[in-house]
Amino acid sequence: METLHSILPELIRIVICAIGGAVIVFGNALVMGYAERKLAGHIMLRPGPMEVGWHGILQLVVDGIKLMGKQLVVPKQADKPLYMLAPILAFAPVFAPLLLIPFSDKLQGFDIDVGMLVILAFASINVLAILIGGWSSNNKYSLFGAFRSVAQNVAYEIPMLISLLAVVFMTNTFSLREIAAAQSPVWFVLLQPLAFLIYIVAMVAETNRAPFDLPEAESELTAGFHTEYSGMSFSLFVLGEYANMFIVCSVATVFFLGGSSGIPLPYFEYTGALWFLLKVYALMFFLVWIRWTYPRTRFDQLMNFCWKYLIPFSLVNLLITVVVVKLI
Amino acid sequence: MKSYFSELFTGAWSLILGLKVTIKTMFTPIVTVQYPREKLEITPNYRGHIDLIKDAETGTHKCISCGSCQRECPSDCIVVVGEKREGVKGKVLTKFTLDFTKCSLCGACVEVCPTKALDYSNEYELAGDARSDFYFDILKRVEERK
Amino acid sequence: MNVEPLEDDRHHRFVLNMGPQHPSTHGVLRVLLELEGEYAMHLHPVLGYGHRCHEKIAEHKPAKSFMPNTARMDYLGALIYNQGYAQLLEKAAGIEVPQRAEYIRVITAELNRIQSHLLWYGAYLLDLGAFTPIMFAFDDREHILDILEDVTGSRLTYCYHRVGGVSKDIDDKFVSRTRAFIERLRSRYTMYEDLVNGNVILQKRLIDVGELTPQICARYGVTGPLLRGTGVAYDIRRAEPYSVYPEFDFEIPTETKGDCMASFMVRYREIEQSLRIIEQALDKLPEGPSMAAKVPKKLKLPAGDYNSSVEAPRGELSYYLVADGSDVPYRLKVRTPSYSNLSTVPETCSGMLLSDVVSAMGSLDLVIPEIDR
Repeated sequence: METLHSILPELIRIVICAIGGAVIVFGNALVMGYAERKLAGHIMLRPGPMEVGWHGILQLVVDGIKLMGKQLVVPKQADKPLYMLAPILAFAPVFAPLLLIPFSDKLQGFDIDVGMLVILAFASINVLAILIGGWSSNNKYSLFGAFRSVAQNVAYEIPMLISLLAVVFMTNTFSLREIAAAQSPVWFVLLQPLAFLIYIVAMVAETNRAPFDLPEAESELTAGFHTEYSGMSFSLFVLGEYANMFIVCSVATVFFLGGSSGIPLPYFEYTGALWFLLKVYALMFFLVWIRWTYPRTRFDQLMNFCWKYLIPFSLVNLLITVVVVKLI
Repeated sequence: MKSYFSELFTGAWSLILGLKVTIKTMFTPIVTVQYPREKLEITPNYRGHIDLIKDAETGTHKCISCGSCQRECPSDCIVVVGEKREGVKGKVLTKFTLDFTKCSLCGACVEVCPTKALDYSNEYELAGDARSDFYFDILKRVEERK
Repeated sequence: MNVEPLEDDRHHRFVLNMGPQHPSTHGVLRVLLELEGEYAMHLHPVLGYGHRCHEKIAEHKPAKSFMPNTARMDYLGALIYNQGYAQLLEKAAGIEVPQRAEYIRVITAELNRIQSHLLWYGAYLLDLGAFTPIMFAFDDREHILDILEDVTGSRLTYCYHRVGGVSKDIDDKFVSRTRAFIERLRSRYTMYEDLVNGNVILQKRLIDVGELTPQICARYGVTGPLLRGTGVAYDIRRAEPYSVYPEFDFEIPTETKGDCMASFMVRYREIEQSLRIIEQALDKLPEGPSMAAKVPKKLKLPAGDYNSSVEAPRGELSYYLVADGSDVPYRLKVRTPSYSNLSTVPETCSGMLLSDVVSAMGSLDLVIPEIDR
């Protein structure tokens, strides 16, 4: 950490971090886009993309080029400035949390004292983007998608935050690096299994993934909030979604799965990132797996589940944690 | 209170069962066929559009241009024209067309044919981009076929 | 947004036009929804986008020639529609059908019914947001289509039945493939039950949604699995037995609640009953011709009116024919089940959430060409 902090001037470090962030965002979208389609295919007993490159490995590159080449259609009655702003707003804020994630002991953009709060704050901007996008496209289905998304994300941020707070109480810090470092003997997933489960459920809902993909429920709302979007503005939403998945899975890794800890490799200060990415992608695999397994929940059931199960359980968990931490 | 927890556990168990099914299918071999490169063998009983059968002995079709198929066709998509020729017994087929845009593949023409001159073809890759692609000249097809 | 002004007390409602192109209307059905928030307060199905005047066409050509059209009305139950029409003409013209042909008709019709239910099963789950079950259902369904293709020559819109029998006899290959298919489908039940039927999310989505009562069903003429879901064991195969159905031992699955889950389970259990019928029919399959010996080329229908009812996958299908002595029907009326089933929607679905409207309409198992015919 110190080396990266002191040797490089601040400006260069920011540039490097921004490039690294962009690489992660786009690389992650390529990997996940391909993995999602391939896994979905194999779950459904079909091979998935097979045409472009070996086993369709270049499919996502081609798709990206296609999306960039497409016309940006703006509906006649849409609120044009907001309509164009929404995808940017969905995509841009994902860079900030990436700077704070400790990929390994020394691979971290910035380590600040309130890292967790910053990440959660930036993750919430996504809701605003969806709301703006749904409202400004002046489409009834988009509007419904936007409304659903707001209610869902606001509700699920509560159990998410409370379950993470249980870990914060155990470590007495908001700094992501210190939380990851505090798990050297035992990962918090063993000490806080309930918080982990609650976080996983809330994480699926936060990223609007099936079975909680109500904002884009295509059999009800055709495509939800991005019904009217085309070309690059649509793909920015998708990029934002995959980057958000990456971020929430990284947070889960930092808080519950021991960050970059694992079997030591040479230059572990840097190569620990491999373990980190492995854990993140294991969680992402889980997200893909459940998406292609379950039907979609209904809106009121989703909210009921949050208020009746997740919030009480997370509060009880927090209370027990506080008492135990105080007594020890 | 009891139902509150039992619902949670039975619900969670049902979700785990679902995950078990999908992880299993993820590792079972795929069942689909990569169509343009691999093709399934099509059953010989497949009913495509009609074709005149080429008789191996005479090297021509057996149609006597009686027009039964034309009369029987529910969609009026067959046109049969024959003419009398000097020195030939019966009529000679001069035109046999099928408007495949209207054909409903019911098979009435094949069944009604008194000389069993008609059969279904086995062609199924019949996509075209114009209506005229589906106006088949059955007589020409049988003459061109080896 | 341009919302047409409605009556005074409804002016604040939001009008959503679902369809004619919408992922969950399965065809060209259009439903106008008046929404308050996400609650659909009033539904108005708009029909007729796929109307092809089938009944009028029937008045203009020989009765025999209408057979291919029956398959186009309900593309999922084509063989059953064929069977009903063939029976009607046989009744009118007084033609005796050989036993073997009747057995073949029953076997193929039941295969067709399973095929239709499997497609509904997958498509319904797709409406509810699960993507995988439709692929599994299609995997099974492909086997049926292959079996039927081998004997009928087509995969979807069959024209297999003829007045007086069937166009092609079945062979040993058909029998062995069908038996293998029965084995296969039975081995898949646990998979379907684990993945779909027992799933808590599915149950929460379906239980207590779109409840029908026997009274509502009687008022609108609802038949088929929806009616059996309310506890009325009304199935034409038992109520007015046709063909050789009396010779088979099978149950009529019923549920009591009448909600979406009830009709879901009725359809699911019907698959097993259809398999049982096919098994028995294959065991008992008599030898003999598959086509009546003497069928007149020009089928004169004696003056009078005739009716023939069969149990289609979606409910009661009736053909009503008025003949004036020629070979062209004077009038043919087709009573299709989906039309009546859909008519309950404005009553049962008002006040529902938008998501519930999708699941309630999916449980009707609508085939739009059959409504519009």
